[in-house]
Amino acid sequence: MQTELPPPVAPPISRASSPWEWMRVNLFSTWYNIILTIVCVVIIVVGISNLLRWVFDIAQWNVVVTNLQLFFVGRFPPELYWRVWLSLGVLACLAGIAWGFSRTDARWLSHSTLIALGVIVAAVILLPIPLSSRLWLVTIALVATIGYAAGRQLPPNLSSWLPVMWGVAFLLVWWLIKGGLGLAPTPTTVWSGLLLTLLTATTSIILSFPLGVLLALGRQSPLPVVRGLSTLYIEVIRGLPLIGILFLAQVMLPLFLPPWFRDLDRVLRAIAGLVLFSAAYLAENVRGGLQAVPRGQAEAAKALGLGAPLTVSLIVLPQALKAVIPAIVGQFISLFKDTSLLALFGLLELTGIARSILAQPEFIGRYAEVYLFIGLIYWIFCYGMSQASRNLERKLNVGQR
Amino acid sequence: MTQQTITTETDASLPQKPAIIAENVHKWYASNKFHVLRGVSLNVYRGEVVVIMGPSGSGKSTFIRTFNALEEYQQGRIEIDGIELSHDLRNIDAIRKEVGMVFQQFNLFPHLTVLDNVTLAPIWVRRWAKKRAEEVAMQLLEKVGILEQARKYPGQLSGGQQQRVAIARALAMQPKIMLFDEPTSALDPEMVREVLDVMRSLAQSGITMVVVTHEVGFAREVADRIVLMDGGVIVEEATPQEFFQNPKEERTQKFLSQIL
Ligand SMILES: Nc1ncnc2c1ncn2[C@@H]1O[C@H](COP(=O)(O)OP(=O)(O)O)[C@@H](O)[C@H]1O
Ligand SMILES: [Mg+2]
Repeated sequence: MQTELPPPVAPPISRASSPWEWMRVNLFSTWYNIILTIVCVVIIVVGISNLLRWVFDIAQWNVVVTNLQLFFVGRFPPELYWRVWLSLGVLACLAGIAWGFSRTDARWLSHSTLIALGVIVAAVILLPIPLSSRLWLVTIALVATIGYAAGRQLPPNLSSWLPVMWGVAFLLVWWLIKGGLGLAPTPTTVWSGLLLTLLTATTSIILSFPLGVLLALGRQSPLPVVRGLSTLYIEVIRGLPLIGILFLAQVMLPLFLPPWFRDLDRVLRAIAGLVLFSAAYLAENVRGGLQAVPRGQAEAAKALGLGAPLTVSLIVLPQALKAVIPAIVGQFISLFKDTSLLALFGLLELTGIARSILAQPEFIGRYAEVYLFIGLIYWIFCYGMSQASRNLERKLNVGQR
Repeated sequence: MTQQTITTETDASLPQKPAIIAENVHKWYASNKFHVLRGVSLNVYRGEVVVIMGPSGSGKSTFIRTFNALEEYQQGRIEIDGIELSHDLRNIDAIRKEVGMVFQQFNLFPHLTVLDNVTLAPIWVRRWAKKRAEEVAMQLLEKVGILEQARKYPGQLSGGQQQRVAIARALAMQPKIMLFDEPTSALDPEMVREVLDVMRSLAQSGITMVVVTHEVGFAREVADRIVLMDGGVIVEEATPQEFFQNPKEERTQKFLSQIL
């Protein structure tokens, strides 16, 4: 007997409701919702209007405007600014390549890209900066665009080279800033402002990541000594406040190290403190990821003849790290913000330079403006990192469960 | 039991040296001192297909996992393809290259494409060039009927397809011996056949196979010998015909009455 199958039916179209409809359902459905809505609107309107009045009327932004250079590069010698700009150019070019490379859709620019470009153009036009800086910014934007165009053309099998290129760029930037090998060396005492914040943060992030992974693996190791030492390290560090570890790194580290490290400069000691601290937390995050990988994965790898190092690096770690990307990036964001503690040790990173600006007689009392400004800078970078982490997750999730 | 071993050894139709020799293997689980293998002996000859049956918890998985050193054992002797299985890591590596394994839960690598799953071991363990590994992988994927899915990720395949990829992945190392641990137990019923068909044609290719399964039809048709394990020992060893029609041991009869 042939029974007729019912014909396939399209799913019902969800009714697009008008804004009025939406407001009636979501904001004014009952009398107490009406009251809540009105109270909230009043609070928001008053709050925002006061804030706007403060921003445009009361705040005296000249403390930021006159000190823009101090905020960004601090006491870096002006005749060497070109090295900072060049570093930015290198990074912008690579960022462009990586970005163009990771985009798969046909549209050349997305809306968010256009908005970002608009902001940059507006900044270049509006910021009260010297002509040379404007020219540099325009050049860097061009380089990034060229990188983007190039990145879109690259064949996908080059993707494994991107991390290598980032590594090379990182070393190149360090060389440009620090000098040596043919460039005039700069003493670390002139590293300051956002420049110092970025140098310490990225270096600490890059160094603490492998250390954290090793500690996490050590904590799972079948060798009792390795396991014990890793656990001890992690638990000790996690029981200490960061400020204490930074202090130890500044004061005690030179005592432990062999003589030729004794006069390790303050910036490197600070980085060491941040790395030692962050690695312990990263290790715990990574360990969570390791535990999330089913035991069958390592067994299948072993059964195929892969030794322990290959099993860990090809099978277990990639899955473990992917599972904990948000936690790891969260740790990086913390680390980035924690660099502000270095101000307490006399390092003039972004917060330190802000404090020193506030100590100038003509800017006394301009706390709100200065801290709002540096807060905005911290936020831009942290938000960027969290966006990057989301993109990475999305990319890694393509096709996988 | 010993008699059975002797008769097969003198059987002129089979090559002389067994591919797998297990002699009086004992194992205790360290965590709970559970005596899981209580003196198990089994010879598997080249080209032979041995099916291991038995109630759940009788130690079947544990036993075949000792063959590629996924489980340690404390007493007895195991020799795989002429290599003594000992704590020597070099021996373990050598054995794992010769022994492929297919798991109940597939255990494909979810972060790699099907093709990368299959080429991984040949590239990293056998050190083949990528191109060669991919050619071989494509041939194997074609053989198991997954060629169109080569660029997909395991999570995008059905259970039966995943298990066939797992078989291809194990075969890519060109093993002399294949171990199957309940390869169809995690599958929806309609997918069991596609996997058993692949295993059947594999058996005809002459590779040595040890299969833990509850699939009576497969055992009856494909097995050269059927082994019944219960309580950590081998209870009975027989040809399929004898095993199903004329089981000698009472425990075998009881087991068969439960599954047939
Ligand atoms: N890692 C382990 N630790 C302790 N006991 C285990 C472990 N794995 C398995 N067992 C026990 O050993 C027995 C045999 O297990 P297994 O070899 O998986 O049996 P089968 O595959 O025949 O179902 C079971 O009773 C099981 O509970
Ligand atoms: Mg089992």
